[in-house]
Amino acid sequence: MTNLEKYDKLFLDAFRVVPDELPGLKYRGIQAWDSVGHMDLMSAMEETFEIRVSTPDLLDFSSYEKGKEILAKYGVEI
Amino acid sequence: MTGEELTGLAPYSLPREEKRALYRRELAALTRRHRERCPEYRRLLDALGIAAEGELEPEDAPMLPVSLFKELELRSVPREEVFKTLASSGTTGQKPSKIFLDGETASMQQRALYQIVSDFIGEKRLPFLVLDSRNVLRDRAMFSARGAGILGFSMFASKTCYALDDGMGLDWDGMRDFLAAHRGERLLLFGFTYLVWKHVVRALEERGERLDLSGSVLIHGGGWKKLAGEAVSREEFKERARRALGVEAVLDYYGMAEQTGGVYMECPCGHLHASVWSDVIIRRPGDYGVCAVGEPGVIESLSLLPRSYPGHAVLTEDVGVLLGEDGCPCGRLGKYFAVTGRAPRAEVRGCSDTYGG
Repeated sequence: MTNLEKYDKLFLDAFRVVPDELPGLKYRGIQAWDSVGHMDLMSAMEETFEIRVSTPDLLDFSSYEKGKEILAKYGVEI
Repeated sequence: MTGEELTGLAPYSLPREEKRALYRRELAALTRRHRERCPEYRRLLDALGIAAEGELEPEDAPMLPVSLFKELELRSVPREEVFKTLASSGTTGQKPSKIFLDGETASMQQRALYQIVSDFIGEKRLPFLVLDSRNVLRDRAMFSARGAGILGFSMFASKTCYALDDGMGLDWDGMRDFLAAHRGERLLLFGFTYLVWKHVVRALEERGERLDLSGSVLIHGGGWKKLAGEAVSREEFKERARRALGVEAVLDYYGMAEQTGGVYMECPCGHLHASVWSDVIIRRPGDYGVCAVGEPGVIESLSLLPRSYPGHAVLTEDVGVLLGEDGCPCGRLGKYFAVTGRAPRAEVRGCSDTYGG
């Protein structure tokens, strides 16, 4: 699986959305991506890519797109 | 000031005059905003004859008694923009408050809480031992104050473990595994004062067990009312919690569902501190005049965070005393105070008396 496929799958599994819904998907934009969903997504993200995200980055992880920028800071190119 | 600018401030950075200038401006803007968007709030202000324009001295911002959030659904955004509803537990036997959060307000609360708490425990995420049951978070759309507290603090978590099972008994096996996996690490423990006391500290004592979580910090909040009934003082709670858990620091915080995020954290000197996002005004019961330093009165709590409901100036049912401003030996700027008890119910009516619907 490529990093993009892994990245997408984390969202699809966490929020039960379809791939078409991923672009533009925002934290607090859908009910499933609430703070509980966010922490679950972050844990899964950390496990999958073997990184440890700082709390400020965790709070800035505000959308599907923004998340890619943040992972890049940790050396994960999506 | 935009929400982002506001939550970008350093939490204890504003000296008195600068903070007053910020509050004069922001409280007037919030009052205007909610007046425009929340019909019940508008009717209330109209009934009280409060002018719609101009700056407001912080002491003059119209305050709502917390009980009003139990009686009315106060919302400043359309129903479809409400992302979460928070329900305060309130006093036993009463209707819970309902607080309506949109995405912007929830995000500001989370950022403010992050800044406040990281000023005390640092920015690093820590293994997180929740001294509560996972059960609290069962309903995702409607959180209790307990659930919101746990969620708010879980952004500091690297890994999370709930110490109590569904029956509020200690989950020994789960906890032991978690503690073994993080032996020697600094942990963050979090829970509600009364539950920490009853289901953790007392439970450990009764079993004759002591944990060794040296370097770790316990943050607890939610009030002392139930504990006062058991005649446990703050000092005794702190001492026995420290002994049973073996933690380095025990920090209380004061907060309310009506103003989530802008919590008042206790510093190492034992004082509760207002951050730049919140402030307290201690008022005389009776005429609601402003109390002098050292004079006990009813606590009014201001918050610059609420955008989706008119909760920026709330008269609580707690009694407290202002200890000083900008002068705490811990170095944090802003007012510092103590909460000393609950106001007898009849005393706290604020302006709901004059509310004619």
